[in-house]
Amino acid sequence: MLKFPIYLDNHATTPLDPRVLETMMPYFGEHFGNAASRNHSFGWVAEEAVERARKQLASLIGATSKEIVFTSGATESNNLAIKGVAEMYAQKGNHIITAATEHKAVLDTCKRLEKHGCQVTYLPVRTDGLVDLDQLRDAITDKTILVSIMYGNNEIGTVQDIPAIGKLCHEKGVLLHTDATQAVGKIPVNVIQDNIDLLSASAHKMYGPKGVGMLYVRRKSPRVQLTAQMDGGGHERGMRSGTLNVPGIAGLGKAAELCQELMPHEMAEHARMRDHLKDKLMAELDETYVNGTMERRLPHNLNISFAYVEGESLLMGINDIAVSSGSACTSATLEPSYVLKALGAGDDLAHSSIRFGIGRFTTGEEIDYTAGKVIEVVKKLRELSPLYEMVKEGVDLTKVEWAAH
Amino acid sequence: MAYSDKVLDHYNHPRNVGSLDKKDPSVGTGLVGAPECGDVMKLQIKVNPETGVIEDARFKTFGCGSAIASSSLATEMLKGRTVDEALQIKNTEIVNELSLPPVKIHCSVLAEDAIKAAITDYKAKTLDAAPASAQSA
Ligand SMILES: Cc1ncc(COP(=O)(O)O)c(C=O)c1O
Ligand code: FES
Repeated sequence: MLKFPIYLDNHATTPLDPRVLETMMPYFGEHFGNAASRNHSFGWVAEEAVERARKQLASLIGATSKEIVFTSGATESNNLAIKGVAEMYAQKGNHIITAATEHKAVLDTCKRLEKHGCQVTYLPVRTDGLVDLDQLRDAITDKTILVSIMYGNNEIGTVQDIPAIGKLCHEKGVLLHTDATQAVGKIPVNVIQDNIDLLSASAHKMYGPKGVGMLYVRRKSPRVQLTAQMDGGGHERGMRSGTLNVPGIAGLGKAAELCQELMPHEMAEHARMRDHLKDKLMAELDETYVNGTMERRLPHNLNISFAYVEGESLLMGINDIAVSSGSACTSATLEPSYVLKALGAGDDLAHSSIRFGIGRFTTGEEIDYTAGKVIEVVKKLRELSPLYEMVKEGVDLTKVEWAAH
Repeated sequence: MAYSDKVLDHYNHPRNVGSLDKKDPSVGTGLVGAPECGDVMKLQIKVNPETGVIEDARFKTFGCGSAIASSSLATEMLKGRTVDEALQIKNTEIVNELSLPPVKIHCSVLAEDAIKAAITDYKAKTLDAAPASAQSA
């Protein structure tokens, strides 16, 4: 039986896995201790939970426990990584390289650093969403201290070639940070094989709770140092002060363990559902375009533009399905998605885009329903669309003199 | 974004969708907005040349639900008014009727622009036609 609304917005957040909740519960109750309390069993029990979680996370990304720093989420991890490196390595250089399609938590952090004397290069991406390695190589100077490129994109699911980017960075003696919020737990990520020095992740994108995340900080070859951005009791090897969120961390650990265990099955299953959805939509609807490459893509992501149909009006018609759109009308700024614009697809296609994010609890029945509903509503809205009509009459929309406002 | 019942009603049952023959001298066509901005409205009126009364109005809109509702409502408001009366229609009437929130006010402005553009087009056509009819008289 279908239950409404159907949740297909798993890039925004994922539901909490009941097994994760179960793991967290005791730390809200009888095991309320402070993990930094060294003198009694309340503290020890809490510390044990935190150390278990550290191991679970380390195992998921091929790190060691000591390299995991707990934070309040990926936003904080990105801030700590980038600002912490900029401050610590200021003697060495002041140049940072990132990409136009990064999350705001990276872009706005870089913008702030620019105000404080850093130089930042925002690499464009190719039309398939990938960073060009030659461009990256050319951008590196003797002042470059950090490259920050995300692993998997939160809108278009594009998976950057992090192993190659990391190799290049290491050859040049530059640190690599990757915002792997959308990738960790979904696809294999290994900090050693991928040559990663700093990695951000967040619990609520992997069926864990909100408000907790982690930063991986490499300890060997090279040993990465950070200037703390939060001063206080010196928790987390001095890199992030503040009493640890023990229930959240226990949940993050359990979430990591489950992801590791389920990954082979989930990757195959989500890709199968995603491809099925894509094939159905594209078979029934003309002028439908996938944004971002299909070759290197998170298995649970589909981002698709239905030309001549505006995204918000489409969301309105499929209001029993929770998805998101790159349309300006759905954003507070009334600007279309900067990620889609960076692909050079044209603003009109950005306005027409829908992002589907499949998750652990998505069913095949939900995908079938979604495909049918989207097809029905796109057809209806195209009947309403002056653009679709003009194109069918043979008008070249790029030649029309629009009264832009 | 929560939509008002009236916006939902127009979205689910848009009134007067379609196109009139834009070559017909009694038809005025307004096309406003731009695809890059995410909103394009086409609004057409058919005017009785004797009385100046708008007898039919049609729209097609690419835009958010509020833009669709605004243009759908505009066609309803136009029918039965004279061209001069139609020129008095203000976007605020659309805002009030549909209970549009502040971020959606520009969708109603677009509808007002579309009305004005359609009337301008109609008037330009009748002016063009005027010398010809003067000759034949
Ligand atoms: C790629 C990426 N980075 C960072 C974040 C922010 O994560 P958090 O909500 O844990 O601060 C998100 C989530 O919106 C994301 O998708
Ligand atoms: S058309 Fe964009 S908000 Fe209405």
